[in-house]
Amino acid sequence: MILIVAEHAGGKLAKSTLEMVTAARQSGREGPVTVLVLGQGVADIANAAAAVADQVLVADMPQLATYNAEVWAAATAQIAQEGEASTIIIGGSRSGREYAPRVAVKLDAPYLEDVIRLSAQGNALQAQRYTYLARVTETVEAEAPVIVVTVKPGSFAPAAAAGASGEQYDVELDLPAPRVEVTGKSVEKSSRVALTEADVIVTGGRGVGSPENFATYVEGLADRIGAGVGATRAVVDAGWRPYAEQVGQTGKTVQPGAYIALGVSGAVQHLSGMGKSKYIVAINKDAEAPIFKVADYGIVGDVNQIVPALIEAAGK
Amino acid sequence: MKILTLVRQVPDAEARVKINAQNVDLEGTTLVIDGMDEYGVEEALRLREGGAGVEEIVALAVGPKRVEDALRTALAMGVDRAIHVETDEKLDPIALSRVVAQVAQAEGAGLILVGGQEADWDSQALGAATAERLGWPQLTWTNELKLEGETLTGRHDVDDGNESFRAALPAVVTTQQGLNEPRYPTLPNIMKAKKKELRKDDLGTYGAQPTVRVVQSEIQTRARLNKMIDGKDPQAAAEQLLDLLRNEAKVLA
Repeated sequence: MILIVAEHAGGKLAKSTLEMVTAARQSGREGPVTVLVLGQGVADIANAAAAVADQVLVADMPQLATYNAEVWAAATAQIAQEGEASTIIIGGSRSGREYAPRVAVKLDAPYLEDVIRLSAQGNALQAQRYTYLARVTETVEAEAPVIVVTVKPGSFAPAAAAGASGEQYDVELDLPAPRVEVTGKSVEKSSRVALTEADVIVTGGRGVGSPENFATYVEGLADRIGAGVGATRAVVDAGWRPYAEQVGQTGKTVQPGAYIALGVSGAVQHLSGMGKSKYIVAINKDAEAPIFKVADYGIVGDVNQIVPALIEAAGK
Repeated sequence: MKILTLVRQVPDAEARVKINAQNVDLEGTTLVIDGMDEYGVEEALRLREGGAGVEEIVALAVGPKRVEDALRTALAMGVDRAIHVETDEKLDPIALSRVVAQVAQAEGAGLILVGGQEADWDSQALGAATAERLGWPQLTWTNELKLEGETLTGRHDVDDGNESFRAALPAVVTTQQGLNEPRYPTLPNIMKAKKKELRKDDLGTYGAQPTVRVVQSEIQTRARLNKMIDGKDPQAAAEQLLDLLRNEAKVLA
């Protein structure tokens, strides 16, 4: 079987799980597409998974109420072994890429990380992924009875619900006790759409001028057009904006339909996180800024003058 | 307690990456110690300076001869000695973790520090794979770390925010921006580093084989429209941009 570990949050199946189902069906690997749901009180999530998968395995246990790398790795490896999985597909989220390597080591399996394409080549599995700060697209190949894969969010179309519903089975797991104790948690809440899910992102760089200008222009424009808000590393380092908004190698990777960069110079570090956006817009008063080289639409001009006009025009 | 800090050598972020015969060609490229690993080296030094019982700090690198330069940088920053497993073989993170775990065991390390994402592989796997081989817990994307006795406390990023944590040694910690500001090696320390031990090791003793093969590498750049809009009249520019986004790109309603 092809084993997918469901990603879910807030009681809902995440879109990334539907993307993994597509990756599984395109992979050419053998066996039914099976979704494993780990958590507590996950009946709705399991039902949603059953609409797209051949079968669903449900581990509904108090020990799975919160994510822990060692526990998730143990659960996944156990099911993979019992079900003789040929391929294990895990989400390319921060947590997915944290426990997937542990699963690979437990199963003595090769690991294809953060892939954007998957295809079978005889007995081998071939994948594409980005390397060198997303400047290079690498094709990698592994050949083994069992292979672990993480899938980069947004790289596959979400699977549509099939007519029939996959069978659901409850599974029992023998889980280790977590050794990392969580002593506090701060959840980044925002009234705006999450960066990794946003169709449009407005990002501000140092060229915006000040934290006040950032609020007026970057947030102002984002709110007017219903976009997410991003920031460059320089802006975050300067303490203008929280790290959660940082886009780039050391921040979030995004792939929106439109990425509007205000006062952003376009350092490689930043391009690595947003360079795959469908359309890139750059507004910067420095005509030599590298961001213009990757822009679809560019305006050489002062953010202070162009953006208020843009906010006004967008409201018409 | 001994700290093992992993050091990789990667192209400078601003360097151009070339492809030659479907492989990344680093000839002539400026290579530096991976920034993410540098936070790990710095953090090891700070834990010791902060009074945690750190007996020794050892830097480890696996790679070709040139990787010595990255180890020299770590030595000049202040680590006590270095181990270089010299090889031209390209090991993927899962294979490499086999070497790291064995070195950690042989050295009796209680804490391993490694960069959260390597700038050449764009991989986050090395820390986690090493932790699994050793049967240790891991803390990834750490941006605050304290060590008292055998107890680690700190804060790290997770999917939906960040968490404070507590865990007992031994453990693997992956490091990132925000954890600290790495120091520059001073000239006296660069001179001193030349006298520090840099032991050479043979990959053959670790039984590590690549598990993933690179078939080809290519630089794929998306063709961009590069349409410039005259910004002299802000109103007109704004309206033209909105028109393009709505009617040409169709990304705005």
